[in-house]
Amino acid sequence: MTAQIPLVDYLVLDPEPHLIAHECDGCAARYFDRRNACASCGGTAFHDEDVTTVGEVRAFTIVSLAAPGIPVPFVAAVVDCGGTSVRANLVNVPPDPAHVHTGMKVRLATQVVGTDSSGVEALGFGFEPLEGATDGQ
Amino acid sequence: MASEDIWILGIHMTKFGKHPDKDTVDLATEAALGALADGGVTMRDVGVLAAGNLMGRGAGIGQLIQKQVGQTGIPVYNVANACATGATALRTAIMAIKAGECDMGLAVGVEKLAGAGLLTGGSRATEKDTWERSGRYGEVAALDGRVGTETMPGVFAQIGMEYAHRYGGIDFELFAQIAEKNHAHSTLNPLASYQKRFTLEEIMNDVMISFPNTRPMCSANCDGAAAAVVVDDSKLKTLSGSQQRRAVKVSASILTTDPWEEACQVLPNVNTLTRNAAAQAYEASGIGPEDLDLVELHDCFATAELVHYDNLMLCEPGGAADLFRSGATWRDGRIPVNVSGGLESKGHPIAATGIANVWEICHHLRGEAGDRQIEGAKVGLAHVIGLGSACGVHVLERAAA
Repeated sequence: MTAQIPLVDYLVLDPEPHLIAHECDGCAARYFDRRNACASCGGTAFHDEDVTTVGEVRAFTIVSLAAPGIPVPFVAAVVDCGGTSVRANLVNVPPDPAHVHTGMKVRLATQVVGTDSSGVEALGFGFEPLEGATDGQ
Repeated sequence: MASEDIWILGIHMTKFGKHPDKDTVDLATEAALGALADGGVTMRDVGVLAAGNLMGRGAGIGQLIQKQVGQTGIPVYNVANACATGATALRTAIMAIKAGECDMGLAVGVEKLAGAGLLTGGSRATEKDTWERSGRYGEVAALDGRVGTETMPGVFAQIGMEYAHRYGGIDFELFAQIAEKNHAHSTLNPLASYQKRFTLEEIMNDVMISFPNTRPMCSANCDGAAAAVVVDDSKLKTLSGSQQRRAVKVSASILTTDPWEEACQVLPNVNTLTRNAAAQAYEASGIGPEDLDLVELHDCFATAELVHYDNLMLCEPGGAADLFRSGATWRDGRIPVNVSGGLESKGHPIAATGIANVWEICHHLRGEAGDRQIEGAKVGLAHVIGLGSACGVHVLERAAA
């Protein structure tokens, strides 16, 4: 099997792909990036928490103009995963306003970003519609 | 004891648009000298200079301006606060006066942006051929376009769509109608980058940048500068009657940043800091949103203007679409918004914007706005947002006759 690594360190591939958040021990504020201290309470202790893999689209845009090399159009969105907001692309859905709407239920899906010169595959993530999605289980 | 009132004594804005024959220093100098002349004073009278030029590199813009208008040895503050840079420069000059360091200050904002495309968004040019983690997300490859979007049109599109989701009854057409209004307004503004009226159909059928923002719904990259001379009450009283009559009172000068909230790490929250700035400005000035005769707000995208109706409390919470549909924010409406044409049509030379919007308000309060004059305007509000984030709000009042 091809060796795989996640695109970001808050994407965990095993046993099933899911996101983790760095949660402040003091106030439970959640971050995906590395923080020196909590922007909410100033605490410096964090632990990792799993983020649920299903959510609801709270905002989206269909990007038609992006920096050179970025394939367009694509759907960028904010997904509410059980109270944790996640930034991601919406995938496996046509990038047009007839098929994407706020309030739609989605679930985490992984996608191949690319394979490097040593044959390692990087996996990114997006969210796909729950309804009408191909069940990959 | 409350500190003295602060007044705008002189203010100037260059033509916004393409200035291929002028560099950043030329434009900044034109604005600075224009503001000094408008105020009837010279650089010798000025005790502090605050200046901003966001895209500039190297030497401080403030010192570069001094070399053209007068190296008088006064302190210079080179400021940067994203799109709120101009407002930050103005507020810095005001703070120096309020601190008692001097009685007159000059604030300048300038940008050369004509022809610039997207100002944000990640390049993939430097991607390596072996995965290597870097950055605060431990990413092995560029994230823009793979994990959402970093482009401004895309970020502000989502901000508008989030508002639409929360309150309902808001669609692509409504956002496009906001751009229709601002482009119509700019036809009366000779200093605007564009003075072209667009039909709603033209706006909706133009090039899509980031749904629902088409090209004419995005701020116009352009060149431009604006500058203001501010003085305290005691100084103003020593000046001529005509200087005193044309002076515009700064009833509130507020700067806020975004307090932590869930989700602000994935989508900037431009709402809370604007609401906080507005609340502080209304409190400081004793003026309420119902007292405003006109508003210049930060319509960097049509989707942004809608949410700021609500954030500036021009309507009840959730009532932004109803406010717009009532016609209230058109120039003949109850609370005209962006009669200059706004960032979408007047243009958005980033660091100049936070002074240019104050210039627009002052123009009306002085009764000098020509064809686009809002008759009898006494009170106005100027608002800017810089992502990151910073929000500047200035409330301005006409001098008592």
